[in-house]
Parts: sequence; C-alpha cells; structure tokens
Amino acid sequence: MKQMLLSSTVVIGAYFAISGAAGTHAEAAELTLCWAAWDPANALVELSKDFETKSGNTMKFEFVPWPNFADRMLNELNSGGKLCDLMIGDSQWIGGAAENGQYIKLNDFFDKEGIKMSDFIPATVVGYAEWPKNTPNYWALPAFGDVVGWTYRKDWFSRPELQAEFKQKYGRDLAVPKTFAELKDIAEFFQKRQIDGKTVYGAAIYTERGSEGITMGAMDVLYSFGFEYGNPKKAYELDGFVNSADAVKGLEFYKALYDCCTPPGHSDAYMSEDIDAYKSGQVALQMNFAFTWPGIHVDANVGGDKSGYFPNPAGPTGIQFAQLGGQGISVVAASDKQKEALDYIKWFAQPEIQKKWWSLGGYSALRSVVEDPGFATSQPYAQTFLDSMAIVKDFWAEPSYASLLQASQKRFHDYVVAKQGTAQDALDGLAEDWKDIFEDEGKY
Amino acid sequence: MLHSSIDRVAHATPPAVAQRIRGLSDRAIAWIFVAPSIVLLLAINIFPLIWTIRLSFTNFRVNRPNEPVQFVGLRNYLNILTDEDIWLTMQATAHFLIWTIVLQVLIGFSLAYLINKKFRGNDLWTTLIVLPMMLSPAVVGNFWTFLYQPQIGLFNYAVGFLTGADPSSFSMIGDTSLAPWAIIIVDTWMWTPFVMLICLAGLRSIPNSIYEAAECDRASNWRQFWTITIPMVLPFLMLAILFRGIENFKMFDLVVQLTGGGPGSITELTSINLKREAFEKWRTGYASAYAVILFVTVFGLASIYVKALNKVKQR
Amino acid sequence: MSSYSVTEPSARQKWFAGTLVVLYAVITILPLLWIIGTSFKSPSDAIAYPPKTFFQPTLEGYVNLFTTRTRVTEEQLKQMGEPTTWYDRLVRKDGLIIAGPSRFTERFYNSVIIGFGSTVLCIVLGTAAAYAFSRFKVPLKDDLLFFILSTRMMPPIAVAIPIFLMFRSLGLNDTHAGMILLYTAVNLSLSVWLLKGFIDEIPIEYEEAALIDGYTRFQAFYKVVLPQAATGIASTAIFCLIFAWNEYAFAVLLTSGTAQTAPPFIPTIIGVGGQDWPAVAAGATLFLVPVMVFTILLRKHLLRGITFGAVRK
Repeated sequence: MKQMLLSSTVVIGAYFAISGAAGTHAEAAELTLCWAAWDPANALVELSKDFETKSGNTMKFEFVPWPNFADRMLNELNSGGKLCDLMIGDSQWIGGAAENGQYIKLNDFFDKEGIKMSDFIPATVVGYAEWPKNTPNYWALPAFGDVVGWTYRKDWFSRPELQAEFKQKYGRDLAVPKTFAELKDIAEFFQKRQIDGKTVYGAAIYTERGSEGITMGAMDVLYSFGFEYGNPKKAYELDGFVNSADAVKGLEFYKALYDCCTPPGHSDAYMSEDIDAYKSGQVALQMNFAFTWPGIHVDANVGGDKSGYFPNPAGPTGIQFAQLGGQGISVVAASDKQKEALDYIKWFAQPEIQKKWWSLGGYSALRSVVEDPGFATSQPYAQTFLDSMAIVKDFWAEPSYASLLQASQKRFHDYVVAKQGTAQDALDGLAEDWKDIFEDEGKY
Repeated sequence: MLHSSIDRVAHATPPAVAQRIRGLSDRAIAWIFVAPSIVLLLAINIFPLIWTIRLSFTNFRVNRPNEPVQFVGLRNYLNILTDEDIWLTMQATAHFLIWTIVLQVLIGFSLAYLINKKFRGNDLWTTLIVLPMMLSPAVVGNFWTFLYQPQIGLFNYAVGFLTGADPSSFSMIGDTSLAPWAIIIVDTWMWTPFVMLICLAGLRSIPNSIYEAAECDRASNWRQFWTITIPMVLPFLMLAILFRGIENFKMFDLVVQLTGGGPGSITELTSINLKREAFEKWRTGYASAYAVILFVTVFGLASIYVKALNKVKQR
Repeated sequence: MSSYSVTEPSARQKWFAGTLVVLYAVITILPLLWIIGTSFKSPSDAIAYPPKTFFQPTLEGYVNLFTTRTRVTEEQLKQMGEPTTWYDRLVRKDGLIIAGPSRFTERFYNSVIIGFGSTVLCIVLGTAAAYAFSRFKVPLKDDLLFFILSTRMMPPIAVAIPIFLMFRSLGLNDTHAGMILLYTAVNLSLSVWLLKGFIDEIPIEYEEAALIDGYTRFQAFYKVVLPQAATGIASTAIFCLIFAWNEYAFAVLLTSGTAQTAPPFIPTIIGVGGQDWPAVAAGATLFLVPVMVFTILLRKHLLRGITFGAVRK
C-alpha cells in the first residue's frame, strides 16, 4: 500500500513537473518558415539554431521543391492558411501579396528596430522588398540574393589540345565568353565531343515548362539582346518593346542554343536537372542561379579547381543584364504569431548573423557583408556574384504575375522546344497575351 | 451477370416485412440509413456544384479579396468557347482518349482471350498483370519520367536494344511528335489490365452450350469468334470503354507528373489546362465556367453512350 | 476438327496462349521491378549510362528518403568526430551530415490517417445506405442511386474549385478532417454500389426468419446481415482505402503542410542539389507495397471493385 502511495505521488509529481514545463513552453512559440527546398534552405536551418537558443522559440520548416514552390505557397496564401508564419516568397509574388494583404507591411517595424533598407544591396531592395516598385513601401527584408549566371568546366577549358583546336577553329583563345555569340561557339565546340571516353555536350540551360523555368532562361538571354518589358516612358505599352526586332533575335538565339548545344532529352530542365547534367560531367557550360555555386564548389566530381564561374555575357550590342532570382523574407498576415515572426526578422537582419549566413552558403544581401574587402576573395564565386548582382533585371512582379508568367511559359516553350512558329510569332503572341491580361486588370 | 452501373437498378424490392414488427417503421429506418450519405453528398458535391455555376457568371478571383465581384453574364462561356487554345486542349484530350481506348481494348481483349485458354498458372500471371493499375497514378507518372530519360532511362535503352537505334537519339517527353504517345503508352501500361479483367468476365459468362451447338452446325472457329464470342462480350467491352472514357476524360495526375502538359502545350489535357486557370492564374469565375462546360460534356457524352449500351444489351 | 473442344483448348493452344501472356506479364512488370531496384541503387548507379541491371545494393535511397542532409565544410566534418551509426557513415562519404528527419514519415502517416479515416466513415455510411436501398422502398430510389454514382464522373479539378472556397471559409483547408470528409464523399458512390450488390446477394429469408423470431429491424441488420456481408464489406473497404491512398489531385490542391498525403510528396523528393532518384524510388516502393499486397489479397473481388459492382464474377 505504501509503495503504491509513493508511486502515485511520484506520478502526480511527474505530472506537475511536465505540465509546469509545458506551461513555460507555451509562451515560446513554434514558428514555421516556408521556403523552397534547396541547398540554402538547409543552411538556414543551421543558421536558425542560434535564434532558437536566443529566443526560446522553436523553428519548424516547410520546404517545397522549386517546380511546386509557387503553386503550393500561393495556394497557401490564397487559401488564408496558417501553415507559414514566415514566408521567403519569390520576388515576383510581392505585388499580389502586398495588394491582397497577404504579407504585413514592414515599414513601421523597420523604423522601430532601426533596420535601414539603405543597408542592403539596392537591386535586392527593389526586387524583393518594394511594392509598388521604387517606392519606400516594404513588404519583406531581402533574405537571399540570387541571380542567373554561368558555371564552366575550367579543367576542360585549360587542356592544351582543346585550346589549340579551339584557337585554330575560331581564331581566339578558349576562355570565358564575353558575349553570347562566343558562348554559343564554345557550346558548339564541346557538343558531342569525346572527353575522357565520355560523350559530352555544350550547355545545360533552362527549358522547364511547368513553373517558370524556360521564362527565366530565355529572359536571361533576351535582356542582353535588348528586350524590354515595356516602354520605359509609358507604363504597360508593350508593342515594339516586348516584340522588338532585338528581342526576336534574342529568342532565336535561345532556340539555336537549345537546338545545337544541349544534352539529349533536355526539354524540361530547370535548376535541379541542370545541376544533374553539370555534376555528372555531361556539359561544359551550365546556366543556373548563383545558389548552386557553393554546392558545385565542394562537389566531388566537378568541385574545386575544376569549375569556374562567370556572369551572364553581353548581347550583340554590348548590353548586359542577368535575370534576378532570390527572395525576401515576409511575415504572413494570416499568422497568429506575427510578433515572434518579426523577432525572427529582427534577429536575421543583424550584421553578424548575415555574415554567418554568407559563410554557410547563403547569399546575404547586406551591404556590410558583400562590401567587406575580404568578400570578393572569400569564395571563388564571390566576385562573379557581385558582378552579376550589378546587372540584374526581373520579371513582372504585378499581382497578375502568374498569368503573365503562364503566357510566357507557353509562348517560349511552344517556340523553343515544341518548334512551333517563329520567334516573331511567339513574341507578338506574348505581347497580345500580356495586353489582354493588363486590359483585364484595367491598366489601359 | 452484368448490370450496368448506370442503368437503373431494377431489382424487385422485397416485401415490406417489417410493417408487422415492432420498432421503427421501415420507412423511418430507410431514411435514417440513407440520409447521412445524401446529406454528405449534397454538402460536398451538389452545393459546390451550384456554387460553381453561380461563380461561372462572375469575374471573381480567389486571390483578389479586395476587388468587387461583378456579374459578367455569359462572357466567361463565350471566351472559353472561342478560345483556340482551349480547343487545342480538347483535341489533345480527344487524341489521348481515343488512342488509349483503342489500344487498351485491343490488347486487353487479346489478353483476356488468351488467359481464357486456361493454361496452367493463369491465375498467378493475371494477378501480376493487374498490379500496375492499382498504383498511384501520380507516383507512376513521376517515375516514368525517369524511365523515359533518353540517356539513363530503361525505356529508351530497351527500344534501342530492340531496334538498334541510339537510345539518346530520341526523347519521348521532349519531342513534340512523341510526347502524345508517351502519355498513351503509360496509360495503356497502367489500364490495359482493367479492360482485360472485364473482357475476361465477359468471356467466362458465355455458356459452353452455345459453342457446342455451333460445333454441331460445323461453324468454323473464325465464324464462332465473330458470331458468338464478340457479340456476347460486346456489352462488357462497352462497359469497359465507358469507364475508361470517363476516367481519361478526367485525366490529370498521371499526365501532369509525366509531361506537365509539355512540350509546349502538346499534352496539355483539359484538366491540366483547367488547373492552370483555376489554381495558378486564379481566375476563379472563368475556371468555374470551364468546369461547368466539362460537366456538361462528360454527362452528355456518358448518357448518349449509356443509351447505346442499353440497346446493345437488349439485343 | 472433331478433337476441338471449346471447353478445353488443346495443349498447343494452351502453350501458345501461356507463352504470350507470360511474355506480356514480364514486360509489364519490368518497370515495377525497375522502381524497386532503383531504390537500392546509389545515386550515381541510378543515373549511370547505360542503365545498370546489376549493381552493389545500398540503403542510401532509404536513408535519403527519411532524412534531410546538409553540406558541411571539411573542417566542420573533422570537428564532429567519427560517425556513430551506419546511416551517418553512409551520408558522410558524400560530405554531408544528417540534419534531421525528412517529411516523408509525416506524409505517410497522413496517408494512413486520411486513408483509414475516410474508409471507416465511408463503410459506415455506405453500408447503411446500401442496406436501405437493397431492402426498402426508398422514394426516388433509382434517381438517388444514379445521383450517387454521377458524383464520381466529375473531373476532380472542377470539383476542387468550389471545395477550395468552401473549405477556406470553414477552415477545413489542409486539415485531416476536411480530407477525410472529401474522400468519403468521393468514395461513397463506390461503397454504396458495391455494398448494395453484396447485400442483394444475401437471401432475404434470413432476415425474415430473424424478424419472426422477435428481432427488431436494427437487430436483424446488425446480427444477421452484417456478418453475412463481412467479406463484401472488407473488400469494399480495401477499394476505398486504395482510392484514398492513391489520390493526387485533391491532395495537391487542398493540402499543403499539415495534412498532405504521400502522392503529392513523393515526386517532390529531391536530394542535395539534383533529383534524388533512389530516394524517390524508395518512397514509391514503400508506398506501393501495401497496395500490391492488397491487390493479391483482393484478386477474387478485383473486378467487382473496379467496376463499381457492374460486373460480378
């Protein structure tokens, strides 16, 4: 009997101990952060451990692979779901999320906490945080700078026999291309070449149909050829800009590059397919976002000195742009834990955390990090990242961005991969599609 | 025994015995038993359907809560029916529908005919053949993208092995002319067993006495096949076609995972197109009209077909 | 000619038929075996060219399926000391460490909860309705039965639009309860039609005898009909389960983090960097095994199940 009493006391005691512990924990929140499933996300998990220790809050993560990311997360925002407290949403969502009240506005919070947008790389502030663009209305803190650039096989480029052959054929050295024309020469040079007993191919580029792949890839080239989203002087005037003769040349170039120099079956490739192609040693050149570079640098097959990095080359007239990637971090308006979510952003914005973020492979957008004298040499790709970030251009960030993107996905894929019509048809059609969408939006 | 699921059930209701018995009346019990199901279906099927019809006359967008919803009359319907791209997706769906049915009926019937020869172990092999159709179409579609990879995929390698062609010289998913067949091949792989099973049931329902009578009349095998086997199996076959038709008209998961509608919009079936309108562009009103058009199409085609099926059965 | 018999094909015919069927079965089963095989390959073997038929089996795919990994620098790796478990060792050789469990277990668990939850509900509602339709004069019976069936003909994407709106206003988006209700409604037609067929086959005399013995209707239903229909109920349950298990369209549109099932999740498994085919294959294999087992168990009722009871064998 006594023993029983004793044990029940123990049980009751344990119960109170547990519930007491639970009580103190109830004050600490469990925050869910939503982002894409990719290398930087894993680094963020590492980084966030510091926040967990300091704040007592626990972090949960919901990472969705790129092809499904926009789909899933926009669905979540539009359904008013409470899954995500913090959202590292893609740059193009900002218009819709701001206008429909899906993100909370951060101006007051920034003022209160002394966070200054002038401390961040200007392109990332415009790209990831502002809506309407170029106005001081902030809906996110730049979290991850990203931009399309190129990776090449340095080890292949430096082989004397290949250098000699290339020089003989093209009359110049086999080196990092300065223009897209040079890039295509190099890709053609490597296409179906035997290297170490394996057939290799020219370039891995973006051709994905389902989400945003081919648009990101084609635009990356089109910008440097002279494509404009519209008349810089008159908003939403598209004719002659979207489908200008220069833009047509750019799209023709993209198709030519796809036709001549990609590996077999490269008809639906985006970031992960391109990484696969490059890492398995199939291609000499790879178009991809800068986030892939840290992973490539440490790769067993192609890492270290075997790979080099270069920013998007210039077009025929010398114009040089690159497609902006990257995201800002926002607080979801439907979340019940906005205070804790803001705490996270406050913690994340600290210079020392941003510095650690870069060391873990996250592209910090904080100027004190990237303007540090040691930054450019801290990693072999750091300078390329800086050069690329200086020439960025982004897709529409309008609330109707999804419809605009769907139109370009269809037009580009129809022309480049499915070989239908001409580049002129594709861009004329695109201009029409976009005008219809803007008409629907009451922009005219 | 065949009674079409669409044809109304015509079994005589048993005598109402319970009237004499204590407890609830049969009528009350019947209602208690049926009501929950009907309520659930009304809530999750009929109410939303009515809502869809209502939305289809508006410009409502789920992702624009702050914008006023306007009644736009038949504009959505007119836009859809005059949109060339939508007619192209209809054509893609028809191409997919027709060829999957033709192939599955031919292969499925042949297999059933062979299995009906009752060779040793036919049960085991039948079960193995049936496995693909029980799998999750999305998982299957995803994995077939791997099998279709030009360089590393089993499919291209096998074709290369059999024909001597270079496996990496063609891409089932990337090539405009091959992609429609890529989705047909996978659907046929998955669903031929379905047609086969139904045909097998049909073949086994034919009484031997009919063949024996034909033997007495010295009818040739060929003649027996066309005058006995085919007509007797036909109602079963038509039922199989009905099921496959409805299923493939709805097709989404397998193809969206396999090709995502590409290359270009070559394999963009109506369901995939509708999903883009409704859940990517979030044009809810427009997509609702689209959905209503699909309802009407599938119900219309199905009821015409069921009429034909009943005629065949009555012969 | 005289030796020909319809009931018993000749030995040659059997041999011929058998060979063709076995050939087809082997071809058709090959992709399945390839999935299972790939799940035991290392990532580099999985994307080897030409495809490898023989390979060194490894559990890397399964480890990658259940974990998330992160890349660390060599110095960090050295600091951490020797790996302690076999799965740690497996990922360390690629310069990675295990960061934590992946979401696969949760998704699989969601599939189980939603699958079984909707199946139970569906069987309870379906048995009751099927019994009523089978035994009583229900007003507008034929119309109701047709109505129940017709709900299955609608494309799921079309149905999903209003369901999405309705769930959003009820707070049912991305919840187990919402998905269970939805799958129950979708499966109800199958369950009512199949069970009605099974109950029709139970002779009504049994119940009449019970009623005469003084049972109430409920008791007769409970004590006489249900045990008789047990096999039918079991196989109907498995068909409902398989549908809910395999369903993709609703799951991908109406769930995101909390209640998402495995089918939308498996295709999105990626490794560090590129697509991790062995992990995808491992996920697919684990997901397919229960269905394969059920198929073998169900083979007698298969036909009836897949045709909504329209064809019985």
